[in-house]
Amino acid sequence: MVLAFCTLLLVVAGGLVTSRDAGLSVPDWPLSYGKLMPPMEGGILYEHGHRMVATTVGIFTIISMVWILRVEKRRWMRWLGVVALIAVIVQGVLGGLTVIYLLPWWISSSHAALAQLFFSTTVAIVMFTSDWWLRKPAVMTENPRFPIHGLSLAAALCVLGQLALGAAARHKAIGSIYHICGSPLVTGVVLWISLRILLHYAENRELRRGALTLIGVTFTQVFLGIAAFMSRIAYADAVQPMPLMVTFTVLHVAVGALTLAASVALAILVRRNAVTAT
Amino acid sequence: MALALLLAACGSAPKPEASLPPAHTDPATAGIVSGRVLFQGDAPKMPQIDMSSNPNCERQHHAPQYAETVVVNKNGTLRNVFVRIKDGLPKAQWPVPAKSAVLDQNGCVYEPHVLGIMEGQDLEIVNNDPVNHNVHAECQINAAWNESQPPRAEHKFKKFTAEEILFPVTCSVHPWMRSYIGVSAHPFFAVTGDDGSFSLKGVPPGTYTIEAVHEKYGRKEGKVTLAPSGTATIEFTYGS
Repeated sequence: MVLAFCTLLLVVAGGLVTSRDAGLSVPDWPLSYGKLMPPMEGGILYEHGHRMVATTVGIFTIISMVWILRVEKRRWMRWLGVVALIAVIVQGVLGGLTVIYLLPWWISSSHAALAQLFFSTTVAIVMFTSDWWLRKPAVMTENPRFPIHGLSLAAALCVLGQLALGAAARHKAIGSIYHICGSPLVTGVVLWISLRILLHYAENRELRRGALTLIGVTFTQVFLGIAAFMSRIAYADAVQPMPLMVTFTVLHVAVGALTLAASVALAILVRRNAVTAT
Repeated sequence: MALALLLAACGSAPKPEASLPPAHTDPATAGIVSGRVLFQGDAPKMPQIDMSSNPNCERQHHAPQYAETVVVNKNGTLRNVFVRIKDGLPKAQWPVPAKSAVLDQNGCVYEPHVLGIMEGQDLEIVNNDPVNHNVHAECQINAAWNESQPPRAEHKFKKFTAEEILFPVTCSVHPWMRSYIGVSAHPFFAVTGDDGSFSLKGVPPGTYTIEAVHEKYGRKEGKVTLAPSGTATIEFTYGS
């Protein structure tokens, strides 16, 4: 839980770095101005602050993996711990490379997209290691007329794709139009799975809560996306990042991570709570 | 390893052209191309810079600082326009000035806002501020670089090997800091100042395409013919 919370903070810190145009304020890596602790002024506060939170997440990930490998008997769960550790190492290296090579769009976009995936991984680990998970779930049989297994997975993949488009647009690999056009499609798929669950599987409390959570964060995300876009238009001629634009954009990034996590969580819940009819 | 090689290749500097004959200008026939850059319409209001994120920057100013994206002079001319001979000069190796072109960081603002420099000339970067800066040359043709410069550190010296007009130089510690550099293959360039005028001296007689480049309003061209020992004038007009 602590790891997941710190990872969300890390996503916020990373969003602040990009929104404040601070990505290159510390030109060296892994040290900052040749030190462990440079003066925290201007953009350095955001870039080095991001590195500090990232280090904390890295340490928590190592602790989590050691704990999982020592305690866990589920083989797949042990593998998930290893995958999380590899992901956080790759993420750190991508962060360093993008600074050294002056923010190439494909490294920066990969760094941003992997951050979102890593957050969902930590949320999945929280779910799988909770007492609640080990209890016997209230299982329903999947209605063949209203299948939800494939659809829940498709929703998570659509959200991931939309976040990848957002990351690419943010790092100027593509125009914002692709991310904007993807929004109604993803919202439609999210609505489809959520409404299907609410209409046909509502008696299952866990599925119902999962669907409501996904709808809630998705609509918050759409609102934040519109606000972030409008603020960018309003401050197009600004000479520096404006607080309102930074706030909406960073919230959009953070709630994007929550949307992916909610869609992944719903897909996991569907596999746990809805048995495919034979 | 492959990734590192690929990335290294992406950032490599362009190779200079094969050796050209040295340029020869006869002082007896050289002339002057001069002119002004006018601005039509209402001067746009520039946003005020908010330096509150770094009090050491804010403290150095006693008056509000404004963006220098568009600076219209009192006489209706436009400042910070890079003007150069674009075409018409013989292909030759022009002498590189021994004196460095200086880019100063003073009060968390770049001085000058637009700087002209020749290929191979030293760019001297000075940090007169009591704060850390990073200097990021966002070149597209020359190799881009990003280096830190601590308070009152030793001056940095850089060279550019290819003509490139204009590219931004930015500081991510202080995101309002932005200047532009024009790298010219010859010495016939100028940047308009507080009277909007420019003067290109020692130009051999001939017919030339003169180009003006502004960071916001873009490029304009005009032709002039310069007689031996003569003076040719040209005006450019930008507008909002």
